[in-house]
Amino acid sequence: MTDMSEPYSQATGELLKIRGLSKAFPLTKGFLEQLHFEGGRLVRRRESVKAINGVDLDVKRGEALCVVGESGCGKSTVARVVMGLLEPTAGSIQYDGERIDNLPPERLLPYRRKMQMIFQNPYASLNPRLTVKQTLEEPMRFHNPGIGNGELKDKVRDVMDSVGVDPSWRDRFPHEFSGGQRQRISIARALMVDPEFIVADEPISALDVSIQAQVLNLMMDAMEQRALTYMFITHDLSVVEHFGTRVAVMYLGSLCELAPTRTLFETPRHPYTKALISAIPKLTQGRPGHIKLIGEVPTPINLPAGCFFHNRCVYADDRCKVEKPVLHTVDGGCRVACHGVQEGRVD
Amino acid sequence: MTRYWRLFKDSTLLYSFGRDKVAMASFSVLLLLVVLSFSSPLIAPFDPYDPAGIDIMDSDIPPSWQEEGDPRFTLGTDAQGRDMLSTMLYGTRISITIGLFAVLLQSVLGILLGLAAGYFGGRIDSFLMRLADIQLSFSTLMVAIVVLAVFQASFGTELYNDLAIFMLILVIGIAEWPQYARTVRASVLAEKKKEYVDAVRVIGLGSRRIMLRHILPNTLSPILVISTVQVANAIMSEAALSFLGLGMPVNKPSLGSLINSGFEYILSGSWWITAFPAIVLVILVLVINLLGDWLRDVLNPKLYKN
Repeated sequence: MTDMSEPYSQATGELLKIRGLSKAFPLTKGFLEQLHFEGGRLVRRRESVKAINGVDLDVKRGEALCVVGESGCGKSTVARVVMGLLEPTAGSIQYDGERIDNLPPERLLPYRRKMQMIFQNPYASLNPRLTVKQTLEEPMRFHNPGIGNGELKDKVRDVMDSVGVDPSWRDRFPHEFSGGQRQRISIARALMVDPEFIVADEPISALDVSIQAQVLNLMMDAMEQRALTYMFITHDLSVVEHFGTRVAVMYLGSLCELAPTRTLFETPRHPYTKALISAIPKLTQGRPGHIKLIGEVPTPINLPAGCFFHNRCVYADDRCKVEKPVLHTVDGGCRVACHGVQEGRVD
Repeated sequence: MTRYWRLFKDSTLLYSFGRDKVAMASFSVLLLLVVLSFSSPLIAPFDPYDPAGIDIMDSDIPPSWQEEGDPRFTLGTDAQGRDMLSTMLYGTRISITIGLFAVLLQSVLGILLGLAAGYFGGRIDSFLMRLADIQLSFSTLMVAIVVLAVFQASFGTELYNDLAIFMLILVIGIAEWPQYARTVRASVLAEKKKEYVDAVRVIGLGSRRIMLRHILPNTLSPILVISTVQVANAIMSEAALSFLGLGMPVNKPSLGSLINSGFEYILSGSWWITAFPAIVLVILVLVINLLGDWLRDVLNPKLYKN
């Protein structure tokens, strides 16, 4: 974890480097919607939802980086921007040392083979009109135009085998499968092009608890066998503990803590992370020591000044209200964005 | 192919068809009309397109069951001495052909523009949809009347009579594309947000392939429903235009121009020239609309009927 102290270094272990990434979704689309009367004058004002605000994040080769946070904190937006499904408003994304966020679609194709995505809802992520075979063959055929039918058939069989779906079901349609099976097929589609990096956007949150463990194990097996790197978006902290090597905690579109999994769960530094960890249900006697946060998450349309968390934080002082904290490294390979931690006000 | 056959055989479509008497009856009537009219050169007792086979002395003969009827002409003859039954068979064929091809043209135009508007959004969407709004603000008949009248006036009636069927298909087809474009756009807007579209975008497929291979097949059910209604509408539009004298010429009559040509004689007692084609037209449009209603109910997942 020593390279974390030099975030801008060209460390070889970093597969993905996200710098200053921001994404804002405009709310007022038409010109007429942007005009307002204020104090007797006509002014033009554009409003937007700031989904992510200046996120710096590295994904190292071979790790499973978990991104956690509550609903609406921008974790899915990070995943979509990284995969090129959304265009960032500001910032850069580097994959293997190469900037990919501003590439035209045809130059992005080599990276499409290396980066794949697994989606949240297995009932929507498979085209209902295509058979399993057609769904799986498509990425392979697209990226290898000259591939022979026999080779393709072997590949489909191998991948279906490896995700635990009987290859003889390849002529069936998605509606003939259960949610867990569909998610396996969805994973198989991502694995068809032999990627090295997979972004998983809450891949198990739509599944039954008993199936969640199976799919999670499948993803871990695939990681071991294929030397995959994961960016795993989730809100389920027990999954993080089981799966992640490092955890990034997000709040209101910015990163508040980045730490190795065990360190984060044992000694959370950021006040928000402390509250988050304390909210995990435990089987202990007596009253659990929940940290109760007061108030609501501020609206991402009008972001608060200073630290985004200051209005709910028990440690907040005057500095927190005006100055936005940046990530700084503390001992144990953690990076925390908190004035209180930096000044030693937070225990 | 067996896979798709199996899918079709197990589908709710076939199941519901087998239980819906109205749908079955409508379908049989429609099938009967289509088969009879398209085999008209084989089964019609006379050829109404052959001037040599028409005798003006046979004109205005009432149906054969009436007193002055002639056993040769089951449904009587029109003012030119053509056998009504044969003329109607040929006319139904023309009406159905115009209906089908006009809808084909509408759907191709409407589906492509609707797909583009829905998928790309933004300015393309605004432009195409405003274009559709403008098109919809003129009624189909008005556009058709203006275009056909101008064509007839500038190129002469003779050329018009030769090209009438193509002109009708073209005019009705172009005038009604917004119906398709709007429906398709609405379904595309819903489909493109689904994750399977994101998944193929992550694979790197181009927008044309995503639109045609992934989104279009999932918007087929509303397209199917409006197609049935639109065929009926196109047949009606053609009949209305022919009735106004802007449709098929007298020597190649469609159902509409037959109704029109008989209208002049209805007060002098020759009711059959107008009545029989009118009955066929009403039945044809009615069964297509009934089938469309049934299809809409079956393909709407929110309407589960026993």
